[in-house]
Amino acid sequence: MRQRASIDVIGARRDESSSRRLRRVWAQREESLWRVGGRVATLVPVGALVFLVAVLAVKAWPAVKVNGGSFLTSTAWLPGNTYGGVEHVHGVTIPAGARYGAWPLIAGTLQTSAIALVFAVPVSILTAFALTEGLPGWIARPVGFVVEVVAGIPSVIIGLWGVLVLGPFLARHVYPLVANRIPDVPVLKYLGGSVGYGEGLLTSGLVLGLMIVPIIASTTRDLFLQVPALPKEGARALGMTDAEVARRVTLPWVRSGVIGAAVLGLGRALGETIAVAMVSGSVLGVVSPNLYGTMTTIAATIVSQLDSAATDGTGFAVATLAEAGLLLAGISIVVNLAARAIVHRSGALGAPVGRA
Amino acid sequence: MAQVLPTGLPSTRGRRARAVAFRVLMLGALAFVVGPALWLVVGVVGRALPGWRWNVLTTLSQGTSGGLANAVVGTLVLMAGVLILAGTTGVLTGIYLSEFAQGGRGVTVVRVAIDVLAGFPSIVLGYVGYVALCVGLGWGFSLLPALMILSFMVVPYIAKATEAALHQVPTSYREGAEALGMPGGHALRRVVVRTALPGIVTGLLIALSIAGGETAPLLYTAGVTNNLPTWSLLHHPIAYLTYYVWTDWNQPTAAAHVVSYDASLILVVMVLAMLVVARLIVSRTQRHAESAT
Repeated sequence: MRQRASIDVIGARRDESSSRRLRRVWAQREESLWRVGGRVATLVPVGALVFLVAVLAVKAWPAVKVNGGSFLTSTAWLPGNTYGGVEHVHGVTIPAGARYGAWPLIAGTLQTSAIALVFAVPVSILTAFALTEGLPGWIARPVGFVVEVVAGIPSVIIGLWGVLVLGPFLARHVYPLVANRIPDVPVLKYLGGSVGYGEGLLTSGLVLGLMIVPIIASTTRDLFLQVPALPKEGARALGMTDAEVARRVTLPWVRSGVIGAAVLGLGRALGETIAVAMVSGSVLGVVSPNLYGTMTTIAATIVSQLDSAATDGTGFAVATLAEAGLLLAGISIVVNLAARAIVHRSGALGAPVGRA
Repeated sequence: MAQVLPTGLPSTRGRRARAVAFRVLMLGALAFVVGPALWLVVGVVGRALPGWRWNVLTTLSQGTSGGLANAVVGTLVLMAGVLILAGTTGVLTGIYLSEFAQGGRGVTVVRVAIDVLAGFPSIVLGYVGYVALCVGLGWGFSLLPALMILSFMVVPYIAKATEAALHQVPTSYREGAEALGMPGGHALRRVVVRTALPGIVTGLLIALSIAGGETAPLLYTAGVTNNLPTWSLLHHPIAYLTYYVWTDWNQPTAAAHVVSYDASLILVVMVLAMLVVARLIVSRTQRHAESAT
């Protein structure tokens, strides 16, 4: 405020030229320009979010009315007779025989994300330890760069690699090692059976796991760097090994932040589309009977079905995809808000790496 | 802190074994990160290089064969558009949140919206773009809906990176500028934002690499065409690289596979180049900051 007043005093000189005057006015106004511009810009993310949710809700409403509560539990995915007869359900016109249930998609989404977390959380935490304490700087730096590269590789390319290279390799050389040794008993049976050709549940989960490692690892690394040195040195002075310091000092210090990072990774895994669409096998209406079977997720179904849904003249198939999208967006929003709450409470500044 | 001292001390041999196991696990985890990353890059480059011809960059696509000039230019156009739309919006949002926001409910709403938008599933964004913009408003597959949807996706990253970069500017810089009598806006532009510029540019580069590598939000908003982009924002579809990776890998012909691998190679090179530049900016400014203190 004070500098403005001084300029006013200088500006009061009568011999001021017009260009000087212009510059003075600009100097006074510039800050409010930044402020107003910024405030207008902040309307964009808020407006975008309102727009997205509103469009989804409006589009999904007919499908919500027709599909009802069984949408969450039914396994049917029948587009009905798109060439002829229509039926009217709750005032909505739908193709004759159209029945949709999202349970296989929901199950697939949750299963692949769970596998991804089981793989990514330990790997990320150990990687973060290696980057901050375990490795000398000359090797930690390039490894850190590799983690960034994984975050930046387009998901369609990870999917391409997953379906052409990783999936077939795992199905030929790795999955049989486990699957062929599993006895035919109730719970364990899930790990056995046919391993297929590498497109399916476990491959999708592992690919997702690889994709979310950078998110969890980079956040965890930043958290570890915030742990003060004194307690760690004290623990070491008491004779603790590196492993004991890591488990009993460093990790407990930032536990809630690490959980937040994992939930952030979960959010990404739930919404990932293209890579899963390529390696899941994309079969509709089926919950995989074992760990290796082909399946699909909500996101993968939307991307692979929107084309054919658009041919449904009644618009019911598109509306059903909106309902599925609303469901997925709802899950993602809840998960992201939870991650936000946890990370903020632990005081970590979420570094933006890749798509979170 | 009560947990720091283990209550029942295990034997020395057991502890030593566990310390070794920890190191082994750490290296094993690294192998699970670095191994697939190298395998992936080698897998993609190894498939693309044998059949690589430079005229891929100059000839137009014929769908499942031909070149990728239209897709390369299209991806660059999309990235430039995102830089203009999302770059302006995101940087201004970040500046507002860091420099002007006083707290309060409105700012909380903005912050929550940014976090939620950052985690919004990309295919749902694409779906809304298709349903509301391409069909609902009758814009067709075209540049503007694609840019809007991509921008919704990356604005949160740019805003967060900008805010984080501005937070790193030392308070003494702001105080020094004020002590010299600089008007607030002038100090913001010439001192604060300029100091934070490397961080902001890094955020923009990461956002651009996301925009260039996305597929799901574009499939139903940008459409595809074998021609070069036109200058029209509406009604004219625009090609992009990820489309060809996504569509051509499981086509029956070998020519289509070559298109898919070539597009992958170009994408990988583009992303790596942007990450290296971002890295260089960060390391150069870090050295600068260290020598300054």
